[in-house]
Amino acid sequence: MIMGKIGGFFRSLFGVLKKKKSVKLGIYGPPNAGKSSLANKICKDWLGEEMSSVSNIPHETREIVVKEKITVKSKGKELTFNLVDTPGIATKIDYEDFLKFKMNTKEAKERAKEATKGVIESIKWLDNMDCVLVVLDSSQNPYSQVNITILGNLAARNIPVMVVANKIDLKKADLKKIESAFPQYPTIGISATRGDNVEQFYEQLFKLIK
Amino acid sequence: MLTLQYIPHHEFFGLDLDQKLKKVLKSVKEDKIILIDGKLDPSEESELIKKTMEQIDKKFKGIEIASINYDFSNVDLFEKFKKGLANILLSRRAGLTIVGPATIVKEIRKDPSKIELLTMDKKKR
Repeated sequence: MIMGKIGGFFRSLFGVLKKKKSVKLGIYGPPNAGKSSLANKICKDWLGEEMSSVSNIPHETREIVVKEKITVKSKGKELTFNLVDTPGIATKIDYEDFLKFKMNTKEAKERAKEATKGVIESIKWLDNMDCVLVVLDSSQNPYSQVNITILGNLAARNIPVMVVANKIDLKKADLKKIESAFPQYPTIGISATRGDNVEQFYEQLFKLIK
Repeated sequence: MLTLQYIPHHEFFGLDLDQKLKKVLKSVKEDKIILIDGKLDPSEESELIKKTMEQIDKKFKGIEIASINYDFSNVDLFEKFKKGLANILLSRRAGLTIVGPATIVKEIRKDPSKIELLTMDKKKR
């Protein structure tokens, strides 16, 4: 019986150590920045399958989605992590905004309710992350309080961050504006849907997850 | 009619987190735009977002928020030192925070040292 307890202790100890070893890479940002598009690009490149549904309707991702054991290879190096796609963080959610996307009132209200829960979950999960990609739409003004709050919370927790300026293929995209808004973080411009600059993105990922 | 409420630093930053959030959300739900003398820290901001999300309903659609640091870049070194020391001694979080209801404040446009607050058209409120 004693031996069994000792065995159980070591199994749980090794379990904790093993769990600790798997790096959690979070994807954070405001709604519609392209977080799920980036998650899908990573999963498609390295697992051959997509991870989340995407749409142009805000708050498409309303629950945390985790994809385990993604191994990225670049220049003879390997990196394994668990990818966590999070709902977009916002300060306001109006169900009437969803009515513009051909939803009926009941569906819109339901989506709004789920979206509010998603925002809360995203914030709660900040404590679980080892590294974070903050995905911003490079055609939007980066000085929003949501962006500042996300980055401030990550800095307060000493979580390594890379800013991913997505949608650089858009005419209005302004990578320099994002770089100058957050000069303390490494920033990389990509287009997750078109795959522009993803090789450089993966190289940067190796620097982020050491 | 828009109501702008100013909250002085001493009146706000002496409160605990729960009291701060209640104070902000109570005023915002009364359709007031509030100006706080000082900045919330990141954890206070994220708690404010969480509390806001919990309270969203048919009438309350959330908040618009922005905060800026005071720009001391054009001030000479001695002035900067004086202001910095005063902030440390008074435990001040120098800056300004604006919070308003999303049904009234359409957008708060911000660049590093300037805030523009745009309100909704009266018809849309």
